[in-house]
Amino acid sequence: MEKQDRLSRRISKKELLFIAGILALAAILWLWFRFSSGEDCVYIRITVDGEELGVYSLAEDQVIAIGDTNVCEIRDGEARMIQADCPDQLCMYQDAIDERGGTIICLPNKVIIEGEEAGDPDENEIQIDSVT
Amino acid sequence: MKHKVAYLGVFSAIAIILGYVETLIPVFTGIPGIKLGLANLAVLFILKRYSLREAALVSVVRILVIGFLFGSMFSIVYSLAGAALSLTAMTLLIRHSGFSILGISVAGGVAHNLGQLAVAMLVLESTSLIYYVPVLLVSGVLTGLVIGTVTGEILRRVPPSP
Repeated sequence: MEKQDRLSRRISKKELLFIAGILALAAILWLWFRFSSGEDCVYIRITVDGEELGVYSLAEDQVIAIGDTNVCEIRDGEARMIQADCPDQLCMYQDAIDERGGTIICLPNKVIIEGEEAGDPDENEIQIDSVT
Repeated sequence: MKHKVAYLGVFSAIAIILGYVETLIPVFTGIPGIKLGLANLAVLFILKRYSLREAALVSVVRILVIGFLFGSMFSIVYSLAGAALSLTAMTLLIRHSGFSILGISVAGGVAHNLGQLAVAMLVLESTSLIYYVPVLLVSGVLTGLVIGTVTGEILRRVPPSP
């Protein structure tokens, strides 16, 4: 009983509302991002330091060297980072990008890999990339 | 005055050690930027005991030392942005809201995360990081609650400096 009194004295209604508000905002944003993202991602776009490296098809198994810092692998319709030279290696543990989309980010090397929806007007680029 | 300088020195040291201890705790999620924020224990304590000036001082000393020892220029900029936003939010709440240490700590944690994310978005020149906002909000609340609870207990037990 005494313990309960102490707790209610420590945390006010206003604060609970504040905390609940933040959590509610997080939930709304999460739902919004989740349902606004396309269900049919077929490409991934790789960007290094603000410059686009290329667009790659998820359907095609391949290994993509990103500069000499990172390596991205596409296998069975999923893209993930398989190599990074930074100390924390966080990008390698991020969720793979599949047809539901997603983003992999390597902060130290400024690499962004994003899922792209079908119908993207970059068909030419894909061909160029598969040649180079 | 001399006492205060010594007190702040001790707390800077504690903040630095806590920052080091934190680097020993493995990241338990795949999401970058999720940390417990142990060093915020010392900063929050100073902020409640003294004022923004002292807390900012301890914060900057900690970030520079930890950054040069274990991080990079890069991580220093991140930490400074997070700390600046977090200290601003916590100071405003202490002055105007009547929140307890828990609410203040939660606001600090959330503000810290958003500050770092803002810098990351500037560095990457990309808005795709916006997807991390929900995760960072929730983690800010959780770590804020933990840090706030512990700091509250420490404040009750450590006598005011002479």
